[in-house]
Amino acid sequence: MGRAKIPRKSTNIDMTAMCDVAFLLLSFFILATKQKPPEAVTVTAPASVSTKAAPEKSILITLTKEGKVFLMIGEDTKKKEILNDINTTRALGLTPAEINKLNRMSFIGMPLGKLKAQLNLSSAIPPDKLEGIPIRDSANNELVYWLRSVTNAYAGTSQSELEKILLVKGDGEALYPDFKDIKMALKKNEIFKFKIVTNSESAPVGSELYKANKAGKPGAE
Amino acid sequence: MAEMDTSSGGGHKKGPGVKKPKKLSTRVDLTPMVDLGFLLITFFVFTTTMSKPTAMNMNEPKDDKVENQLKVKESAVMTILLGKGNQVYYYEGILTADNASEIFKSTNFKDIRKIILDKRNSVPDGDKSKSDLMYIIKADTESKFGNAIDILDEMQINGVPPGHYAEVDINDVEKLLIRKTEEANGIK
Repeated sequence: MGRAKIPRKSTNIDMTAMCDVAFLLLSFFILATKQKPPEAVTVTAPASVSTKAAPEKSILITLTKEGKVFLMIGEDTKKKEILNDINTTRALGLTPAEINKLNRMSFIGMPLGKLKAQLNLSSAIPPDKLEGIPIRDSANNELVYWLRSVTNAYAGTSQSELEKILLVKGDGEALYPDFKDIKMALKKNEIFKFKIVTNSESAPVGSELYKANKAGKPGAE
Repeated sequence: MAEMDTSSGGGHKKGPGVKKPKKLSTRVDLTPMVDLGFLLITFFVFTTTMSKPTAMNMNEPKDDKVENQLKVKESAVMTILLGKGNQVYYYEGILTADNASEIFKSTNFKDIRKIILDKRNSVPDGDKSKSDLMYIIKADTESKFGNAIDILDEMQINGVPPGHYAEVDINDVEKLLIRKTEEANGIK
């Protein structure tokens, strides 16, 4: 009996399409991943169960392990205003060109008195060599002056608007008194609410918060 | 489909003695390339940490005059002190020279959760004095910023409502007690 012959087909599949898809996905992931904003120094923030995301545009006060304080102004429109303000209020004597240079720097981490010298250096100081904004001396807590300029720049907007973007990011290993000095600088400028940047962690199983989350109630903030 | 024109261009007449070059297929096996592509995708997906930083709200009190400060019941208050070396000390009520050795206790971050809960559960639910409960957090000058955040976090974990815990400056008596305990326990 003659059987209908099934033609044997090649098992070779054209891989071109699959390759296209793979690389398309790859490029999508690479491009869609947002780059971390440049950080003054590496800081390991402590963990908390807080679930609110930190705002992206922010005025960030960074406290390093060594107790150095850096200020990062993420709001470009206000940054120049803040710099101009501190220049006049603290009589720094910076020229417009120097202010422009400072404006381009991603973070501020020098005592006010040494700012001009830093700007006129031919090569930038590596971040780990920066001295940080002095806060220890309560009579000369320079963060107070910086924050005053910040509040001046935000004078037109409501206080809560500023409180929303004011972040403090500290290294878990930083000493508590340094953090207290930062709080003091904020308080002196009538800022009583701010946010602390933390890494998220989930509520421990069995805890009150865990139960509250499970019950669908929003956790205590 | 993406294929290249493999036909030799033009009609070059070759002599009878000229060897005809073997026509090789230009089809490349793309399987390894696909492998590589997906390998890279998986690599990127796995290594990208989804570390969206979160923010914890901090509300600081205004520095009020002493007479404006909130009074709390002695029995309803628990003071938590943070020392160096991730040590936690606590006492209930008011610390005096006489009762210091009795009520001043040391613990660590692992056990403090239970202690916080025990304090709260010591007051039965529905009791009016439950709303008087107050946890006072005092951080020693040698404690770490991370410790302060951890203990505030602990308050959130244990569902202590805001307004029932506060950060207060440490006083010299407590500092001295911490130093002594640290010495006794050999904490450097």
